[in-house]
Amino acid sequence: MRAFTQHQGLVAPMDRSNVDTDMIIPKQFLKSIKRTGFGPNLFDELRYLDEGKPDQDSSQRPLNPDFVLNQSRYKGASVLLARSNFGCGSSREHAPWALDDYGFRVIIAPSFADIFYNNCFKNGLLPIVLEEKAVDQLFEEAEVSEGYQLTVDLEAKTVITPSGESFGFDVDDFRRHCLLNGLDDIGVTLEDAELIKSYENQRRKTAPWLFGAGQ
Amino acid sequence: MAGKTLYDKLWDDHLVKQRDDGSALIYIDRQLLHEVTSPQAFEGLRLANRAPWRIDANLATPDHNVPTTDRAKGIEGIVDPVSRIQVETLGKNCDEFGILEFKIMDKRQGIVHVIGPEQGATLPGMTIVCGDSHTSTHGAFGCLAHGIGTSEVEHVLATQCLVQQKMKNMLVKVDGKLGIGVTAKDVVLAIIGKIGTAGGTGHAIEFGGEVLQNMSMEGRMTVCNMAIEAGARVGMVAVDGTTIDYVKGRPFSPTGENWDAAVKHWRTLHSDLNAEFDKVVELDGSAIMPQVSWGTSPEMVADVTGNVPDPAKEEDPIKREGIERALKYMGLEANQAITDIKLDRVFIGSCTNSRIEDLREAAAVVKGRKVADSLMQAMVVPGSGLVKAQAEEEGLDRIFLDAGLEWRDPGCSMCLAMNADKLGQGEHCASTSNRNFEGRQGFGGRTHLVSPAMAAAAAIAGHFVDVRELLN
Repeated sequence: MRAFTQHQGLVAPMDRSNVDTDMIIPKQFLKSIKRTGFGPNLFDELRYLDEGKPDQDSSQRPLNPDFVLNQSRYKGASVLLARSNFGCGSSREHAPWALDDYGFRVIIAPSFADIFYNNCFKNGLLPIVLEEKAVDQLFEEAEVSEGYQLTVDLEAKTVITPSGESFGFDVDDFRRHCLLNGLDDIGVTLEDAELIKSYENQRRKTAPWLFGAGQ
Repeated sequence: MAGKTLYDKLWDDHLVKQRDDGSALIYIDRQLLHEVTSPQAFEGLRLANRAPWRIDANLATPDHNVPTTDRAKGIEGIVDPVSRIQVETLGKNCDEFGILEFKIMDKRQGIVHVIGPEQGATLPGMTIVCGDSHTSTHGAFGCLAHGIGTSEVEHVLATQCLVQQKMKNMLVKVDGKLGIGVTAKDVVLAIIGKIGTAGGTGHAIEFGGEVLQNMSMEGRMTVCNMAIEAGARVGMVAVDGTTIDYVKGRPFSPTGENWDAAVKHWRTLHSDLNAEFDKVVELDGSAIMPQVSWGTSPEMVADVTGNVPDPAKEEDPIKREGIERALKYMGLEANQAITDIKLDRVFIGSCTNSRIEDLREAAAVVKGRKVADSLMQAMVVPGSGLVKAQAEEEGLDRIFLDAGLEWRDPGCSMCLAMNADKLGQGEHCASTSNRNFEGRQGFGGRTHLVSPAMAAAAAIAGHFVDVRELLN
């Protein structure tokens, strides 16, 4: 996995709460058996005026001029500023894959849905929870000043504004460790293979019905 | 000292390692696999040259992309080539790694969350995962069950474990008695309406109280299925006699001595009387009415006797804007009576409501009646091949067909429209599924979440109607 230590990037404010995973990447694009190539269909139904189809050249499609990412000032944005309960809905990892493929590295919101939040960390994408008041302030600043950038430091757990104001954020140690070092967490888990085997052997004795009964 | 909640017990039972950093390794007893969220996981295994840890913990079936007509053609019947590749890929992966798969032509094929319980592959006390957020369904059996992303599907295949942080405990208690025509679906929609789509975020919800105790397993599955729509990855109900009766005699259920030992353990799977919850929400079941969602989030629900809300009356600006946006997308007017919402299609099915009891409930309403002429389509999609067979044995298919509903083959179908079953732009659908998000059932489609009985009543009337009027 790609490591994440620090990132500085252009901020795109998406002023809408409860952005669900169907909105992030609609179902017709889940038919791919790959992890890449979802970027052109990120927020497909909001971003384009027509109905998106898989394997279509999206560069020729009519854009919705009202959608934030279609405004030229947000071109190249890598920090998505969002509202509460971002990523609610399905478990599709295609949602973080699409955000990543588009070029986002950081998402800042007052709250995230659990499964989406977890999926981000598996893909080198950093979801940051800040207090509602702080997010409101960032929305105001990003909308007022064109070219507004934020600097995110995962080591220090801070988000720093252009004026130098710093907001601290929480992230649990294991996820932070994996992201900072770009670790494959399957490899980390397999370091405990003997422990897993001994748990399993014990369970075979105490709960044998869990192992292949009837299969 | 406070006792343990059901979630605490399940967690402790499956704890392989508690790490110093607060994360934990949790052992997974069962993984269910389907074609949409597994291909990249199998590919990951191959790239890292890893083998599955425990083959017999996995069970697979294609469900999201399968057509609900012309099933005799098998995979060849999947018209969309991209969908077909996904179903074929699942088959190849399962064959390569030796994982049991109910393939498209197998009569046991169906929606993953229907076939697990049906086969006894879902047993009380298990940890169950699947790359699908509605895995919370299995919590109805006193399981710790939740959806995971594809990276975690690969993680479980490779290690039989997941890295988890312990969630908080939440109790949703529904006491009283449900009125006639009020079902499990109405209960869970009312709960989501009360606590909101993020009300359970970070929590494992245990559903309890008199209403849940008196509920069938099918009903409990409907309630737990939609825990994720309240933000909670996990929904659970304590094990009782109803659970054990349901599990007995299923193909993968234990027998003989193993059965007796299992039942003894399963009887302990409930929260202790002195257990403490981080959050408790109580509802009066007798006050719950048939529910209809009017907006684009499952928390946007109203009683069938009620009205679409007026955004002008909402003080919170973000909520007001949310209501305005939803009404615009849904093509509804503020203050409009719910029963004035006209429908274009009716969908009875999905992992929320496609089990035999759901079909019986719908059939009881349409029996001897006809679908409204104004409706473009009303379809019934059973949750599995075995549900379909049982419904046909009971003559439910004839009731639906005589009333003018379509009787389809099993799969996820129009719940998320990955196959050919979808809404057209602007069409209103009374749907027994779980999500009314924009575009969920088709580009520009407008979904109204309801119970099977309410969907059936809407099919007859052509607009929403209080099903209790038809039952009298």
